[in-house]
Amino acid sequence: MNFEEHVAKPLLREAGIAVPAGGVAETVAAARDLAAAIGPVVVKAQVPTGKRGKAGGIKVAGTPDEAAAAAADILGMEIAGHRVARVLVEARVDIAQELYAAVLNDTVGGCPLVMFSAKGGMDIEDLAAADPGAIRRHMVDIAEGFGTAQAEALIADATPTGATRAIAETLAALYALYRARDAELLEINPLAVTGDGAVIALDCKLVLDDSALVRQADLADRGAPEPATALERRGQDHGLRYIELDGDVGILANGAGLTMTTMDAVTHFGGRPANFLEIGGEAYTKAVPALGLVLANPRVKSLVVNFCGAFARCDVMTGGVVEAWETLKPEIPVFFSIHGTGEDEAIAMVRARLGLEPFDVMDEAVKAAIRAARGERA
Amino acid sequence: MIVRTSDRVLVQGITGKQGTFWTERMQDYGTNVVGGVNPKKAGTTHLGVPVHGSARAAANNGGFDVSVLFIPPLMARDAALDAIDAGARTIVVLTEFIPVHDVMTVLSAARARGACVVGPNTAGLVTPGECFVGIMPGFNTNIFVPGRVGVVSRSGSLGTLLCLNIVQAGYGQSAFIGIGGDPVSGTSTRDALQALDEDHRTDAVVIVGEIGGSKEEEAAEYAANMRKPVFAFIAGGSAPAGKKMGHAGAIVMGERGTHASKCAALKAAGVTVLDLPSQIGAALRGAL
Repeated sequence: MNFEEHVAKPLLREAGIAVPAGGVAETVAAARDLAAAIGPVVVKAQVPTGKRGKAGGIKVAGTPDEAAAAAADILGMEIAGHRVARVLVEARVDIAQELYAAVLNDTVGGCPLVMFSAKGGMDIEDLAAADPGAIRRHMVDIAEGFGTAQAEALIADATPTGATRAIAETLAALYALYRARDAELLEINPLAVTGDGAVIALDCKLVLDDSALVRQADLADRGAPEPATALERRGQDHGLRYIELDGDVGILANGAGLTMTTMDAVTHFGGRPANFLEIGGEAYTKAVPALGLVLANPRVKSLVVNFCGAFARCDVMTGGVVEAWETLKPEIPVFFSIHGTGEDEAIAMVRARLGLEPFDVMDEAVKAAIRAARGERA
Repeated sequence: MIVRTSDRVLVQGITGKQGTFWTERMQDYGTNVVGGVNPKKAGTTHLGVPVHGSARAAANNGGFDVSVLFIPPLMARDAALDAIDAGARTIVVLTEFIPVHDVMTVLSAARARGACVVGPNTAGLVTPGECFVGIMPGFNTNIFVPGRVGVVSRSGSLGTLLCLNIVQAGYGQSAFIGIGGDPVSGTSTRDALQALDEDHRTDAVVIVGEIGGSKEEEAAEYAANMRKPVFAFIAGGSAPAGKKMGHAGAIVMGERGTHASKCAALKAAGVTVLDLPSQIGAALRGAL
């Protein structure tokens, strides 16, 4: 789950990392009031995406009137598909140097990774391409942790004179916050050193591990919502991972890998998948709401049900599909391919209650569904 | 990470519904289940084997080699640490949705003790004709028969489909290694590939991958130096970018982790990349 800057920055402050004075405004008048109290400010669009500056979502303002004008420009803007509903109005900072600091999960090393650069301000991907030597990395043994001493070793000879200690303390505090909050990514870019040697976070990007939200209860409902269609939200309400696509062949399969493969096969044979929806893992008992979801998409003209039961038992999943089919009585044709745990019971159920014969090979079920979606006879 | 009948298997969470269902099937198939763990039922017997209060207690009362976890997400870290501390050689973590920081804590402890973690979010390990550990339908002879093809898969369901297609083509498997669908995991595709390369019962290897992460790209570096033929199917060629497709690991960000990047890396390493799982039969016939 992604968090916007105005949610992340108070967490930095609580962790002992300085951030500019500021507040959130949802109206032009509120932005003007904040600027009147603060002085010269920066007005920043709050959307969960990068490159806000390039999109015109960040403006400086010397007076309350300028802040109001900036807020009027930015509020309601669309940036990378996100409509701007609020701005962060923050005190301007006298920047002597911009640094980069981040802690993230290193999926290759299987450990936390601290990254630091004395060249902050640009996107880390761009910096990595332009000047890879400018990025320093420390792979953390999570049992050992990452404190000020490790931070000082990481940044040695790479920081402005006099600020080394403060930067090391900031990195150690950043790591502690990353650990306490189950973050996937906690990034400060830029981390500024001011004219008088203070260290202050000018931006903050926070992504939490969705699997850990249950123990981060105070943040669980403060994330930036992913853009979702009405059907996708209905899937979320049922605890189902549903992604709406623009094709006409509906897909119901178990497991992410098999579901993607079913989509790939539909595409390979010249059809267009209508959705991603899997009922594997703990969701394998949810075939009834899942089928309702697939059929609620008015573009769906045929359906492939592709099960390869391992943990998810074919008899349980197929029982749900058959039950839902008998209840919903859809008028579209359905094509089954069923293998794995519980397949004998599942295939017998499809034959007895739906009068259908499952296909031996997934490809044949997919091809039949594509023909049916085109209105051709199977 | 290839399981054998001689491996003594401990089931943590043996008394639960899924633990019971799958332990019975493992026992029926030939897996040497020597005990289980449930702190609340220590001292009892379940499915004919003793239930211990901890993996440590199991180690002190007869010992074990491999532990498999049927444990809920927020309790999995401590259960895995218990197994590592007890000296487990291999810990198979089936649980999905374990917080990543917990996984990294487990991996750190495993590195310190020289233990092998398979998963999390894996369907487990199968050695057809011998035994299986986890939640794969090892007992289904349409899907698993003894043979000489090694399979490494991030996905249980898709791994099942590839194994089905291998058997439909008249071949069998030397071993199935499920590495799991999480972005941070104990065993990489590369690690599993190496184990199958070093296994004298394996003549060819099938990599079952998916979009997201860099596991297939890393495996390609190893495959480039292999003599055994290697085949790969990578799921997600038709998936839209930026969306999490079920598995936490299957998300494409920018150019990294894309279907195109993985297929290109594998092809450059001499791996035969399949468009569909059903093509594995013809590919094997051409190589074996």
